[in-house]
Amino acid sequence: MKKEHTPHQPHPMYNGETKGVYTINEEGQYELSRTSGWDPETIALTQALEEIDRLARQALEKVKQGNSSLLEYYMYAQRMDLPMLASAVGKFQWQVKRHFNPARFASLSQAQLETYAAVLGIEVTQLKTLPDD
Amino acid sequence: MTKEFIHVPSAHCETGSVSNLLRSYGLEISEPMIFGLGSGMTFAFLKQIKINGLPLIAYRMPPKMIIKLLSWRIEGLKFHYETFRSADKGMQALDNMLAEDKAVGLQTSVFFLPYFPQAMRFHFNAHNLVAYAKEGDEYLISDPVFSHLVTAKENDLRRARFSKGALAPKGMMYYPSAVPTAIDYERVIPKSIRFMAKMNGRWNPVPISGVNGIRMLAKNINKLGKTDQHYAQLFMGHIVRMQEEIGTGGAGFRFIYAAFLQESANILGSQTLHDCSLQLTQIGDEWRDFAVLCARLSKQRKGQDYPDAAAQLYKIADMEKEFYQRLSHFKIN
Repeated sequence: MKKEHTPHQPHPMYNGETKGVYTINEEGQYELSRTSGWDPETIALTQALEEIDRLARQALEKVKQGNSSLLEYYMYAQRMDLPMLASAVGKFQWQVKRHFNPARFASLSQAQLETYAAVLGIEVTQLKTLPDD
Repeated sequence: MTKEFIHVPSAHCETGSVSNLLRSYGLEISEPMIFGLGSGMTFAFLKQIKINGLPLIAYRMPPKMIIKLLSWRIEGLKFHYETFRSADKGMQALDNMLAEDKAVGLQTSVFFLPYFPQAMRFHFNAHNLVAYAKEGDEYLISDPVFSHLVTAKENDLRRARFSKGALAPKGMMYYPSAVPTAIDYERVIPKSIRFMAKMNGRWNPVPISGVNGIRMLAKNINKLGKTDQHYAQLFMGHIVRMQEEIGTGGAGFRFIYAAFLQESANILGSQTLHDCSLQLTQIGDEWRDFAVLCARLSKQRKGQDYPDAAAQLYKIADMEKEFYQRLSHFKIN
């Protein structure tokens, strides 16, 4: 890629940060230039974020209907999935899945809740409360 | 006390961190050179390993591999690695190093680093950065993928270093324990190039990596027309993210390697390497075109163009095969 072809298609979600790509300058030498964004990449990232959002909203619907626990909602909201969460807390997937049952989730010990909250990067109180909107 | 640290931004976190770290220990070596000497460029399509339900596609060697190969090849270069069971001990060890004015490389999870834009914070556990000083409860950090220096609060850095899950960093901290004064480029460059070419090209028996891996991915893309369209769309977007997202230097590390070949050509005065660098740049441009195709397909509800994307990949596979064959017996004349 030539230096003058470095894409500059910024997107607000990058907060104005740039990233490095190696390009060929006028003298034919490679150098690191900064790009503020590239549309194919932005499309892919937006799609990934929308997918996570979709799963989280789906889970929230289930929670409101009493078919799932807040653990499932926060798992998606904090950008994890079942295999990831299970390996993070050192459990089997079926063990974590059991805690998607609202009744079982309600009876979890403080220690277990803390483990979940820690790997999700939230507080226990948040894990036990529905999101605002 | 504010310590000066020469922060040279780079494309890839691991090689960039090592480059900045070695500079602070007195060895000047560029990022592409580290990537090249560590034989970092490859391709792997790992169908069994899922990330958010999608197969892992890698364009480089697994984390830590590059540093290991680097310290094998370069005589007199040794790295010291340390992991910790307890987060307190891990943070204490970091503080002790910084108190001695020694910068260290750390393995962290992107999700817990507050200076990353929210949109980019995923649970990726193998992000590398260099911590070089501490002021109060704030660590001064040189993160190679950023154009500027950053800071992180003690609590955030602790969580980032001791995140759990796949590739869990366990507080991994590393620094060079022995640094050579000069590198014997004439010996190590040809060696690392031959290794890279053989690993990916004709001598590679593994069907999921190198050229074979690219063909396998093409085969899988061809089949996408028949599967669930939502999954197919996600799959195409996923390929773009694996290939172009932060830390690849563009075109799934092909441009970094081309930069390495050019630097090597200049050091060794080799015309072959110079030509190969241009050849790889062309291959990289093809990868960029492939990313454009994938991004378009990821938005199409009825993707009829999967054969186009697959054909582009087959073309790339042929081009790369030729490239690897040319280099697999590389010697300085």
